[in-house]
Amino acid sequence: MGMPFLRELNPIIRFFMRFYPGKQYNTTPHTPLSIPLNECKVALITTAGFFLDGQNPFELNDCSYREIPNSIQTDKLKGGHKSSAYDEQGIETDPNLAFPLDRFRELEAEGKISSLNHRHFSFMGSITKPKSLIENTAPEVAQKLKTDSVDVAFLTPV
Amino acid sequence: MCNQSVGLIQRAIEEVDISTVSITLLEDITRKVKPPRALLVPYNLGYPLGEPNNPELQHAIIAETLALLECDEEPPILKVSQQREEVCAK
Repeated sequence: MGMPFLRELNPIIRFFMRFYPGKQYNTTPHTPLSIPLNECKVALITTAGFFLDGQNPFELNDCSYREIPNSIQTDKLKGGHKSSAYDEQGIETDPNLAFPLDRFRELEAEGKISSLNHRHFSFMGSITKPKSLIENTAPEVAQKLKTDSVDVAFLTPV
Repeated sequence: MCNQSVGLIQRAIEEVDISTVSITLLEDITRKVKPPRALLVPYNLGYPLGEPNNPELQHAIIAETLALLECDEEPPILKVSQQREEVCAK
């Protein structure tokens, strides 16, 4: 497929990404969808580093997460992670670009999905040491989604 | 490494029997992490749903991503967005 993206990144990031070993897996967990999408409760997950007033901003290599209530107005989302790897102007203009809550509200209104979960989750991106993410915070969020009886999780990077 | 984080979180959620889909901007990283279903979009980092304040394009990408949930192929499924050709044609 040969996508051109790595060539478009700035040289330092490109150098880093070429040699960053990254996580590699040989298997894939698989849960087939057992009901139609229009009967599903959906939760959104973003790694754009959004947070709300009253929540702590993210730090570098921060594996923690923030709960984003479904009731918020998307223009109240703050932050978005700062990184030289990308241009953050887009998500500052429109958080839906990396956390499409307004779009999913429209899908809910149209009956394309059954409902949105009462909470969504925001993580930081640019995590180069993901041990705590893998062992602690990602499974913790998974359990919360399970508790909420979520059927589908929709994830967006930034 | 947002794209790696997404894949890692996605794997954890799928492990507790919840179906997941994601968008990725970096093919190589997603091929290594092997999340069950991902749509590869032709945009720069920071623009996973294409353009700010373009609900129509954002909906098109979301629809393509959600369609992966109904794909018969065995995961890991990594599909290239149909938006790609339109971007290349510009």
